[in-house]
Amino acid sequence: MRTGTFSTPRNYTPQRNWYALVGWLFLLVYLAYITSLFDLDLDRFISGLDNGSKFLGRMFPPNFTRYELLMEGLLESLQIGVIATFLGVLISLPMGFLAARNLMPPWVTWCARGLIVLCRSFHPVIVAILFVKAVGFGALAGVMALTVASVGFIGKLFAESIEEISLKQIEAVRATGASFPNVILIGVFPQVMGRFTGFISYQLDSNLRNSTMVGLVGAGGIGGTLFAAFQRFDYDFVSAILISIIAVILAGEGVNNIMRRIYR
Amino acid sequence: MIIPGSSLEERQWTRFTPLERIFRYAFYVMICSAIVVSLRTIEVIPEFLFDAPSQMVDMLDRMWPPDASYYPETIHDALVETIHIATVGTILAVVLAIPIGVMVAENVTPYKPLNWLARFLLVSSRSINSLVWALLFVAVFGPGPLAGSLAIAFRSIGFVGKLFGEALEEANHSTIEALQATGASKFSIMYMGYWPQVLPTFWSILLFRWDINIRESAVLGLVGAGGIGVALNTALELFYWDRVCMVLISMLVVVATVELVVTQIRKRII
Repeated sequence: MRTGTFSTPRNYTPQRNWYALVGWLFLLVYLAYITSLFDLDLDRFISGLDNGSKFLGRMFPPNFTRYELLMEGLLESLQIGVIATFLGVLISLPMGFLAARNLMPPWVTWCARGLIVLCRSFHPVIVAILFVKAVGFGALAGVMALTVASVGFIGKLFAESIEEISLKQIEAVRATGASFPNVILIGVFPQVMGRFTGFISYQLDSNLRNSTMVGLVGAGGIGGTLFAAFQRFDYDFVSAILISIIAVILAGEGVNNIMRRIYR
Repeated sequence: MIIPGSSLEERQWTRFTPLERIFRYAFYVMICSAIVVSLRTIEVIPEFLFDAPSQMVDMLDRMWPPDASYYPETIHDALVETIHIATVGTILAVVLAIPIGVMVAENVTPYKPLNWLARFLLVSSRSINSLVWALLFVAVFGPGPLAGSLAIAFRSIGFVGKLFGEALEEANHSTIEALQATGASKFSIMYMGYWPQVLPTFWSILLFRWDINIRESAVLGLVGAGGIGVALNTALELFYWDRVCMVLISMLVVVATVELVVTQIRKRII
């Protein structure tokens, strides 16, 4: 057995991380700049908090007396969300195949990818504005706007998951002399089906959330009612609407979880 | 599942149990009926639908050529403001989300009520759309970029906090145990044990959310919370479609640039 004293530990000086230091400094300067840019000062903040407490006071208790209007709006939002997801999936399926680099020639994938990126680059509410101009106020504009958003999102994910499939199975199907539709149906589809249901359920969730918002620009659903209530300072009705929206979204999440468990 | 038979050949092999199959079919029926019911009951005015193509052409006609002179006078400042709103919102969200993320991670905070409280905060942050947050903050702090930043921040807390909490829960436990064995304080365990492990995830969450926030902050101006949305709203209300087009083009450019920047940073540091 060895005996003896431990050598005294070397003086450990942690290496100074200059990048982090510069980063923190930069952050501080930026925040200082922002406080002057947004003319943020303590007075405004305190008066804001005061406003906030008044505001919260007027929001409670929530006023559910106009529940008919509320239910009508929510129902329309649900319809918009469901139809937009359905149409979005219908369009995304071919788009996903067209955008998959391992199945299609480059010029096709470039066109399809460009279209998908264009669909994704604007917020659904901005797309909704354009569709309100095109098809007038109402649920149709909302459905179209959210369909575009869905294509932008699931189209991309479809294409990515198709690009990750195993090509051996495709080759095997091709070797039997199968036609192109058969290759897609027998070779590609079963490999990606599981992931597709996941994307679809995610998109349904996100469409339900957004369908409550497109009404803000007149594209149908509960958003219009919410915005009108805000402008009329009916804050107790606003809180009633917000509570019901949250309830619907949570219910949607619950259904989604069940769906995921069933189609695991 | 195996349905037993007398010999091996007579056994039927199926992928799902009967109960699973019932559930699957019931769900298919439910989805189909939801689609059919929605399609049948949604209120669509047919005249508007038939009118759509000509209206669309009319809109594009009014949009082209885009009014480039609108860029220097209004759009540029508004765009810069949008980027500021998104950035400040993201910073604020991270500051607020880290403690909540720590609270929600069950291995870091082994105390159920706190976990549930944090989870509730995260869910409520995510359930309220950024536009609604913006409406609330405009009512509280008045119109302007401050309301926009706060809206972005409160909307992002749910996202950042959830992912940060998940990253903490996935952290390697043996490192933490080694630190605990040395008698390190709670703070040291956080700073030396968890923090280096979640750092890459942290940066990627931050960048991802910043990217999303740039897009989201572009619409906040519609409810008066500052940024490019204000310019868009002004142009829309005056039916200056050529200006609207210019705003949309500049938004597209900014979103594309941000996406490029984010991919580059991601490649470098993660």
